[in-house]
Amino acid sequence: MSTGAIIEGRTGPWEMVLGLEVHAQVISKSKLFSGAATAFGAEPNAQVSFVDAAFPGMLPVLNGECVRQAVRTGLALGCTINRWSRFDRKNYFYADLPAGYQISQYQHPVVGEGALEIALEDGSTRTVGIERIHLEQDAGKSIHDLNPELSYVDLNRAGVALMEIVSKPDMRSPEEAGAYVATLRAILRAIGACDGNMQEGSLRADVNVSVRRPGAPFGTRCEIKNVNSIRFIQQAVAFEARRQVAILETGGTIHQETRLFDPDRGETRSLRSKEDAHDYRYFPDPDLLPLELSEAFIEECRASLPELPAARRMRYEAELGLSPYLARLLTADMEQSVWFEALLAETAARQGRPAREVAEKAANWMTGELFGALNRLGLGIGQSPVSPAQAAALLAMVADGTLSGPLARQVFELMLETGEDPAAIAEARGLKQVSDTGALEAAIAEVLAAHAAKVAEYRAGKDKLFGFFVGQVMKATGGRANPALVNTLLRQALG
Amino acid sequence: MTALTELSLCAMREGLGRGDFSARELVAAHLAAIEAARELNAFITETPDLALAAADAADAALARGEAGPLAGIPLGIKDLFCTEGVRTTAASRILADFRPPYESGVTARLKAAGAAFVGKLNLDEFAMGSSNETSAFGPVVSPWRARGSNAPLVPGGSSGGSAAAVAARLVAGATGTDTGGSIRQPAAFTGICGIKPTYGRCSRYGIVAFASSLDQAGPMARTVADCALLLEAMAGHDPRDATSLEEPVPAWSQLLSGDIRGRRIGVPREYRLEGMSADLDALWQAGAAWLRDAGAEIVDISLPHTMEALPTYYILAPAEASSNLARYDGVRFGLRVMPECGSLADMYCATRAAGFGAEVKRRIMLGTYVLSAGYYDAYYLKAQKVRALIMRDFETAFGTCDLILTPSAPTAAFALGGKVSDPIAMYLNDVFTVPASLAGLPAMSVPAGLDPQGLPLGLQVIGRPLDELGVLDAARAIERAAGFAAAPARWWGAA
Repeated sequence: MSTGAIIEGRTGPWEMVLGLEVHAQVISKSKLFSGAATAFGAEPNAQVSFVDAAFPGMLPVLNGECVRQAVRTGLALGCTINRWSRFDRKNYFYADLPAGYQISQYQHPVVGEGALEIALEDGSTRTVGIERIHLEQDAGKSIHDLNPELSYVDLNRAGVALMEIVSKPDMRSPEEAGAYVATLRAILRAIGACDGNMQEGSLRADVNVSVRRPGAPFGTRCEIKNVNSIRFIQQAVAFEARRQVAILETGGTIHQETRLFDPDRGETRSLRSKEDAHDYRYFPDPDLLPLELSEAFIEECRASLPELPAARRMRYEAELGLSPYLARLLTADMEQSVWFEALLAETAARQGRPAREVAEKAANWMTGELFGALNRLGLGIGQSPVSPAQAAALLAMVADGTLSGPLARQVFELMLETGEDPAAIAEARGLKQVSDTGALEAAIAEVLAAHAAKVAEYRAGKDKLFGFFVGQVMKATGGRANPALVNTLLRQALG
Repeated sequence: MTALTELSLCAMREGLGRGDFSARELVAAHLAAIEAARELNAFITETPDLALAAADAADAALARGEAGPLAGIPLGIKDLFCTEGVRTTAASRILADFRPPYESGVTARLKAAGAAFVGKLNLDEFAMGSSNETSAFGPVVSPWRARGSNAPLVPGGSSGGSAAAVAARLVAGATGTDTGGSIRQPAAFTGICGIKPTYGRCSRYGIVAFASSLDQAGPMARTVADCALLLEAMAGHDPRDATSLEEPVPAWSQLLSGDIRGRRIGVPREYRLEGMSADLDALWQAGAAWLRDAGAEIVDISLPHTMEALPTYYILAPAEASSNLARYDGVRFGLRVMPECGSLADMYCATRAAGFGAEVKRRIMLGTYVLSAGYYDAYYLKAQKVRALIMRDFETAFGTCDLILTPSAPTAAFALGGKVSDPIAMYLNDVFTVPASLAGLPAMSVPAGLDPQGLPLGLQVIGRPLDELGVLDAARAIERAAGFAAAPARWWGAA
C-alpha cells in the first residue's frame, strides 16, 4: 500500500509521516467541570455557569460521566487505563479562556497506549498506535467579524469536555489518515462517546506532518491545527507534504511550527513558529484531587460497551456472508447497523428463512434504495419515514412475487410520502402484481391482435421484437403484470 | 448597652435564649460600636440594614423557638468570602465594584445558622500580606497600642480587619481565611483566638482564591468556646469544592472540655529561633508548664524541615496565586482599563497594572517565574518535594506526641509602616504558622499573655489531621491557665 504514499521528488522519493491529535467532544449533558448544558446551537452565552466564566471563588468539580466516556473510549481502542491520573493547568491569556488557564491532563493522562486497526480501499489493513487519550476543557469562541471595532466572546463551549486522542506517527498517506479518522469516528459513535459531527466541531483534528527519505529517521514536523473534515485532513496532508518536499529539495530546512489549513485555497499557512510558542507553565491543578479509578468502575465501563464496528463488520462477513464493501458500509455508523439488524430480523421472520439467506437482499436494498432516498430527502437514518418492519414487509412482498421490482420502487416512494404500510398502499392503489394466468392471457391476446404485422415479423425471425410485446403487455396491465409470467405466456402465445 | 458588646459569643447566645436582650438590641449595639470605630478601618463595607433585618428574623425565630445555633449573633465577614448581592472586593481595586450573584459555602452555612452579618472586613489584598497594609482600601489599625505610646500598630494579616473588629468588640466573631497564617498571626497580634481547621474542613466554594492547596477558612473570636461554636457552623462537606472533606462535623461546642490529661504535647526544638525574644521564649515555656499542670505530658520533638517551610511556602503559594489571579483580566467582571485603540493584550496590561497592588504583583511575578519552563523543576517541583518532607516531619512527630505547642508569631504587633518596604522581614512573620499550613493540619492561636509593652502574644497548638477537638481542648487549657483578660484600651471614637 505504501507505494501510493511515496512522493516522487526531483531528487528521489520521499515518504510522509503523519500523526493525529483528534479532539472529540464527549457526549455528556453537562460540562467537564460544571453543571452547565452542552447542547450545540444555543444562543450565545446561554449555557455558561459561574464556574465556566471563572468568577471569583468558583471551583471546578469533575463530571464523572466524562471520565466514564474517556475510559470506555480507551477500552474500545484496546488502551491501558491509568488507575491514577491528574489534571494540570495550562496557563495562557485569551479572551475566550475565562480562567486564564485550561484544565487538561498534561503529564498523567487517564488513558495510555493502545492501537486501532484501519481498513484501506484495497482491502489491506494497517495498525495505528494510540499514544494516549486525555480529558481537557474546550475554550470559548471569539468572534471578530460581527463588528469592525469590537470582538465578541461566546462561552457556551467553554468548559465542554474534550477527549484528545493522540496517535503515534504511524500513518504514511492521506488515505491512511482519512481511514484512521473515519474508523475512530465510527467507534466513538458506536459506543456513544462522541457524536462525531465534524461540521459542528464535535470532532476535529490537529495533524502532524513530516517527510523523510524512506527508512530515514523522522524529519521535523509541522502541526496543522483544527482541521474539521476528513476531506480537508487529506487535502491538508497532501499539500503540506508537498510543501515540505519542495523546501527540502531546494536545500531549505523545515522549521517546527503551527500551521492553519485554508480549505478555500487548499493550502496551509504559518500561524506561529516554535520560537513564538507560549510558555504554558503547566502545574497540577490544586483545585482538583488526582483521579483514581477502581477496578469495579473500569469493569463497569467495559461491560457497557456495545459490539464494536470492527467485530460487527467481521460478523457480517462471516455469519451473514455480506461482501466486505457492504459490511463496512453498514457498520460505519452505529445507528445504521442497528437499523439494518432490525430489518434483517423482521425480514427473516416474515419470510421464514435464516438471516444468512436474506441478508444480502436486505443489505442491497438498504444501502441502495433506502440510503438513496434518505440522501435525496436530506434525512439521517434516525429520521427515516419508513420503519425496519415496514421495509421488511416490502421486501417480503417482492420475495413472494406480490410486487415486481419496479412496483416495489413505486410502493416505496409512496411509503416515504405517507408512512403507510406497503400492503395497504399496494391494495389501495391497485399496485399488486397481476399473476392471474387467465387475465394475462387475455391481455396478451389483445396485444397480439392489435399488432398483427409485428407478430408476423417476429415469426419471420425478428427476435428482437419480443421485448416490444412484453412492453405492450406491461403497458396494457398498467405495469402490474408479473414479468416472469408474461415472458412464459408470451412465448407460448407466439409459438 | 455597650456592655452587650463585651459579652462572649456564647454568652450572647445564652442571653438571647433567656430573653435578656433581643437580637435587634445586640446587633444595634454592635452597629453603634462599628460606627464609632471607623478610625480602625476594619470594614470595607458595612451592612447595617441587612444586619438589622437578620436580627429581626432571629428575634422572630427565637420567639417561635426555632432559632438556629447562631441566631442574631453579629458577625463580620472577611471580604474574601463572596456574599450574594453584597460587594466583595478581596481588598483589591480590581474587584472594587464586584457584587457576586452567589453566596460562599461558609457564609451560607453561617446565614442558615441565623447569624447577622454586619459587614465585610478589611484584609490584605487577595489575602497577600501579614500586616493588612496591602489593602487597596487602606491599612487596618490595631485597636492595641504599646504602653505609653500613641503610635499606630498593625493588626497582623491577612485577616487584619477580622482580628481588629473582634478585639475592638465590634463583632462577636468573624470569619477569616488562613493560607500561611492569616488567621493565627493576626489573632496573636490582637489578643484573640483563631483556628485554621484541617484543610478541607471548610468549603472553599465562593472564597476568592489565593493559593488553592493552602487556603482554608476558620473562625476568629475572643474565646476558644466561641471559636468551637463558629467552626461547627462553618465546617462541613460541600460538593461544589472537590477538596472538601466528606467527614462528619463533630459537635465541638459540646465536646470541648479543656481536658488534656494524658495527652502528650510536643515542643519542637527547631522553633526555638535564634534571636527570639526572651519574653516569647518565657511565654512558650509557661504554656508548656500550664499544660503539664493540666495533666499533659511534655515531650521534646523534632521537625527537621521547619526552616525550609517558609521558602517552600513562598514558592508554592505565589505559583498557585499567579494562576488563580489570571481570571482578573477585565473581560467578564471587575475593573477594565481599555487604552485608546488598544489590543486585547494592552487591555490586560492596563487593567492588571491599575487593578493590582505592589504585593500582589510581586507574588504574581514570583509565581510566574517559578512555573516557567527551565525553572519549574528547580523551584516548583523541588518545593513540592520539600512540602512532602514537611508533612512527613509532622507524621513522624505525631508518633510520639498528640499535639504540638509553638509560639504563633515571632514578635508582637509592629508599627504600621514598619516592615512594609522589606518583604523578607514581612514574610518572616509566618515562620511559625506556615509549616502547619503546608501540612494541612488544624492549628490554633490562643492569647497567652502580654509582652513588656503591654501587647498580646499568642501560642499555637497544632494537631493531627481532623483533630480539631484536641487542638481546641489544649487551647482551652491554655486559655484557662493564662487567664488572659486583657482588652485594648479604647482610644478610638472619642466623643
